[in-house]
Amino acid sequence: MDWLYLLEISLAGIGSGGLYALTGLSFVMIYKATKVVNLAIGEMLMLGAYLMFGMASNLGWPVWMAIVAAIIGSGLGGAIVERLAIRPMLGESPISVFMVTVGLSSVMIGLVELIWTADQQRLPEFMPSDPVMLGEAFIPPKLFYGFLVAAALILIALAVFRFWRGGVALRATASDQAAAYSVGINVPRVFSLAWIAAAMIAAIAGIVVGSIGGLSSSMGVFGLSVLVVVIVGGLDSVLGALVAGLGIGLLEALAGGYLGGEYKLLATFSTLILVLMVRPYGLFGTHEIERL
Amino acid sequence: MSKPLVLDLNNIEVIYNNAVQVLRGLSLQVPRGEIVALLGSNGAGKSTTLKAISKLLALENGELTGGSIRFNDRDTAGLAPHELVRAGLFHVMEGRRVFEDLTVEENLVAATYALNGRGNAKPNFDLVYEYFPRLFERRRGLAGYLSGGEQQMLAIGRALIARPTLILLDEPSLGLAPLLVENIFSIIARINAEQGVSMLLVEQNASVALAVAHTGYIMESGKVVIDGPAEKLAADKDVREFYLGMGHGGEMKSFRDIKHYKRRKRWLS
Ligand SMILES: Nc1ncnc2c1ncn2[C@@H]1O[C@H](COP(=O)(O)OP(=O)(O)OP(=O)(O)O)[C@@H](O)[C@H]1O
Ligand SMILES: [Mg+2]
Repeated sequence: MDWLYLLEISLAGIGSGGLYALTGLSFVMIYKATKVVNLAIGEMLMLGAYLMFGMASNLGWPVWMAIVAAIIGSGLGGAIVERLAIRPMLGESPISVFMVTVGLSSVMIGLVELIWTADQQRLPEFMPSDPVMLGEAFIPPKLFYGFLVAAALILIALAVFRFWRGGVALRATASDQAAAYSVGINVPRVFSLAWIAAAMIAAIAGIVVGSIGGLSSSMGVFGLSVLVVVIVGGLDSVLGALVAGLGIGLLEALAGGYLGGEYKLLATFSTLILVLMVRPYGLFGTHEIERL
Repeated sequence: MSKPLVLDLNNIEVIYNNAVQVLRGLSLQVPRGEIVALLGSNGAGKSTTLKAISKLLALENGELTGGSIRFNDRDTAGLAPHELVRAGLFHVMEGRRVFEDLTVEENLVAATYALNGRGNAKPNFDLVYEYFPRLFERRRGLAGYLSGGEQQMLAIGRALIARPTLILLDEPSLGLAPLLVENIFSIIARINAEQGVSMLLVEQNASVALAVAHTGYIMESGKVVIDGPAEKLAADKDVREFYLGMGHGGEMKSFRDIKHYKRRKRWLS
């Protein structure tokens, strides 16, 4: 048994698991506030990364400015999407709202291919590239810093949920919408803020994912693994997204490292099926969730 | 009519799902500082009346199709539910509706949104804990783990945080043991007297409601059939028989069964 190899693979798995968890958090925020199963989550990631690419490479802005602008731009996009595409649909059947997000994802892919073509692109380098060693084990630097970013953001988000009054409003709205109105919470505003925050988080995740693996109009497939993560964790559970994100990242890395890359998705989806058989509403999800 | 009105419902009509008419020209007034009881049998439309007032009706695909609702001399048409709450009208919904996966304290924090836009109004958590010491003991626990009575206290506590001028209370006695019902109602009466809050109180338990109320209305299938001062209603033979369960063997009967209630109404009010 090569312990160092196992350790390196596990660390890489946890690294990408952090990004799953972060993206899962974005998904869960939207689900909690508006009960929308957002299939466009992968494409929201993609759009954030391309926005940064556009401003850094096409417009020649400094990298940090491009990142900030991409995050703000994505937040704005989230607000617009919520107001124009989602809010008019609330109250319709979950399937129709779900289909709207499917449509949204095609629109975003089309937009990206129109502006940037379907070719692979590379984001400008912005992370330190010195090798990161944890004892004997080597960790790819981008994965390491990406994980730090994800962990920091997740901690901030958890603190906000718990201690900021807006976090209480979000959880109250998630728990009982009519009751949230009845205590004076501006529920539509909660919807809007949840989409804005989720889009901004997705953009950050997208920029990290893009800087690791490059950009292409198909990078939204990352969203597939994230969907598995949130279904396994429970659609409305932040804790579930975190645990399942790390777990599935680790699992994919181990399957890829020992069995070969083609086993990654097999392992992921076998886990999904297994979890759904034992706990249909996910590991940490609420029971009465509508299943699609 | 000497006292100014906090709430004035004039001939309101409500239809659900564009199809079912539930309120058929209901009128009702709440004078400032009073408790008004709204009584009636299951399905009479009591909760619907409260939801029409607080605008939560829209969330259930219900619509106000006729009549007018004035709160503090202002027509409420065009106001969103949260705007009404912030203007001082608080609806404690049927079934308590606490946020179960939030702590007791967070439930109260959620209610501080009712104070938005009221300048320097500060939430008074101590006031809630004075009326309900039990909530103070349980403040860090999840609201979902509270007993039914404690949840009702929390639901009323949220209203206290909001410093309303009018509270709509929907069946606070629902599912509570008699001793607890008395306890809750004595606190309701105290809140009314000490905080000067007007209340519109919906109840199945007519005797306890009329005991704390100043005025009472009794409704049947979407309209008021009888109204008057609470003591008069409580003393009235028909009301006693059909709503207070003091007739034959305590059985509740419908007012529709008596033909002459319209005539009786006249001398009662
Ligand atoms: N959301 C809804 N959609 C359609 N019909 C409804 C809805 N809510 C209530 N109703 C109908 O309206 C009528 C009045 O209901 P409401 O809840 O106002 O009665 P209530 O007087 O509060 O009764 P209870 O004492 O049982 O609470 C009932 O016939 C009920 O079936
Ligand atoms: Mg009712």
